[in-house]
Amino acid sequence: MRNTPTAEEMVWLYKTMCRIRAFETKVQELFAANRIPGFVHLSIGEEAVATGISSVLRADDYITSTHRGHGHVLAKGADPKRMMAELFGKRTGYCKGKGGSMHIADFSLGVLGANGVVAGGFPIAVGAGLSCKLRGTDQVVVCYFGDGASNRGPVHEAMNMASIWKLPIIFACENNQYASTTPFSYSTSVERIASRAAGYSMPGVTVDGNDVLAVREAALEAVKRAREGGGPTLLEALTYRLRGHFEGDPQRYRTKEEVEKAKERDPIVRLASFMRKKRLLTAKLEKEIQEEVAREIEEAVRFAEESPYPDPEEALQDLYAGDVAQAAMGGLR
Amino acid sequence: MTSRELTNTEAMAEALREEMTRDPSVFIIGEDIVAHGGIFGQFRGLPEAFPGRVIDTPISETCILGAGLGAALTGMRPFVDLHFADFMTTAMDEIANQAAKIRYMFGGQAKVPMVIWAPDGAGLSAAAHHSQSLEAWFVHTPGLKVVSPCFPYDVKGLIKTAIRDEDPVVFFMHKKIFGLKGHVPEEEYLIPLGKGEIKREGRDVTVISYSIAVLHALEAANRLASEGVEVEVLDLRTLWPMDMELIAQSVSRTHRVVVAHEACITCGVGAEVAARIQEELFDELDAPVLRVGAKRVPHPFSPPLEKFVIPSSQTIEDAIRRVME
Repeated sequence: MRNTPTAEEMVWLYKTMCRIRAFETKVQELFAANRIPGFVHLSIGEEAVATGISSVLRADDYITSTHRGHGHVLAKGADPKRMMAELFGKRTGYCKGKGGSMHIADFSLGVLGANGVVAGGFPIAVGAGLSCKLRGTDQVVVCYFGDGASNRGPVHEAMNMASIWKLPIIFACENNQYASTTPFSYSTSVERIASRAAGYSMPGVTVDGNDVLAVREAALEAVKRAREGGGPTLLEALTYRLRGHFEGDPQRYRTKEEVEKAKERDPIVRLASFMRKKRLLTAKLEKEIQEEVAREIEEAVRFAEESPYPDPEEALQDLYAGDVAQAAMGGLR
Repeated sequence: MTSRELTNTEAMAEALREEMTRDPSVFIIGEDIVAHGGIFGQFRGLPEAFPGRVIDTPISETCILGAGLGAALTGMRPFVDLHFADFMTTAMDEIANQAAKIRYMFGGQAKVPMVIWAPDGAGLSAAAHHSQSLEAWFVHTPGLKVVSPCFPYDVKGLIKTAIRDEDPVVFFMHKKIFGLKGHVPEEEYLIPLGKGEIKREGRDVTVISYSIAVLHALEAANRLASEGVEVEVLDLRTLWPMDMELIAQSVSRTHRVVVAHEACITCGVGAEVAARIQEELFDELDAPVLRVGAKRVPHPFSPPLEKFVIPSSQTIEDAIRRVME
């Protein structure tokens, strides 16, 4: 394989996927125990996509995320403590309790926000890409989306615009086979979303999205192309959502057998087995990593639990940036 | 102080030229704006003066708005031209769900220094898809600021302020007043958002208005003056934040109010103004607040139909007479 990651990079990939899995498994538990309000969408089983892509990004690169965004944000370096606090609706959360699971952002890490609107990140990614170009930087933008989003109108506008202006964007599709409850095979006019790239004169690549090394390699090429001014790439990662669309989803649209079968392709198990073969993951190291991420997540939960809720009046803050007093004058009643 | 007259179009172009010179992060993005200079010529001269900073787009309103938003989030100051206010519907997710909410839902992390500029208004037989005044939708949406001036002096000062503002500002200009001339000083000045202005003083009744309806109100006021009725005309200029202080000052002098705008009357800005006056200034009122606005139908094409639907100086005059009874 070209561009084989170093041993250190390999460990990062493994640890990052484990961190996402541990975070979301804990969220699943907490949600079931009624300790997290609202609703959550988990990406368990899809960790290789965000991890493989983030492994080739720089700290100053941007991402736009989705409603199923915990993995994207964690892989970009977000703090599990502030994420968990946000999920709990606490003041110490990334968004001071105003966003919740679907609206986590960390602008200092280039995370331009998860998004509650399917395909909502596309137009924003175009703007971030245009901004990189206007500012003359070599930053790139990853626009994460799912197979469901691929059928929305903004996708067409965004891909066309990114193509004509050669914007540094990687349109990263996590094809997890279901748009909420609707199967990809029913809802989508093509067998491969990547084939739509032809309509926008950009490369379209489909990879096994449960193979983090395959994702990483494809992302490496797409990022290089974007950084060097070659324009956007449509990268489709075939994966599978092991949990429901949302926690509590009765999942009438698929069989238990299908889900069980998909677990055989678990991206974390696959990387671990590959690393063991290469002697990059000893039993000792594996245990250390598992314990480390478990500790991180326990700390995150403790931090979230011990943090205060915002005062109700804080609901009236953060609406406007400039001229806050003036905006409040006419603005809040 | 020199006296100089500019049209609204010229005032707007001058404001943009000054702000683009002052701040390299300002750029203009929209359809038909480079070769054509904007459909009303509002950007003429700017593409040559600022190469690469006046950007033509495909017809893709969703992504034009999104391009502005993403750029605003990452260090730029976009001025987004949406061609016709009617087309804002095709970028509504980006305006109402994204631009308006991003700062708030991310707990104040983001700034969205973006101007969303759109020509609005009827009276040109442009029919239902090119004639609307949609400002109420945006006043109704927390996170946005909304501006709709009438005169060149205000247009220039408010465009400059809107560009410098750190929040998304929806900026409307009525299509029929692009050629309207008015005094614009050579010296630089800014007009704060959220401040209205009395355009004509009068002791008997206040007409609260904005955009082209200010002209209609002034015409009505001039006619009524010959009968001894002194009408005060208050131009809100900014619809959000709303200048309740100025409204209160005027209403406590005149005690009678007509609110006039070209937008559909139902749930329009006039409804908000009237409600707030009766909530906050009820004791000042000698008569119920009356509203003037368009009838609640889409804009018809044929001139007599359109004329019947939208308000005029005559409908404002009629309302003033009623409120004076």
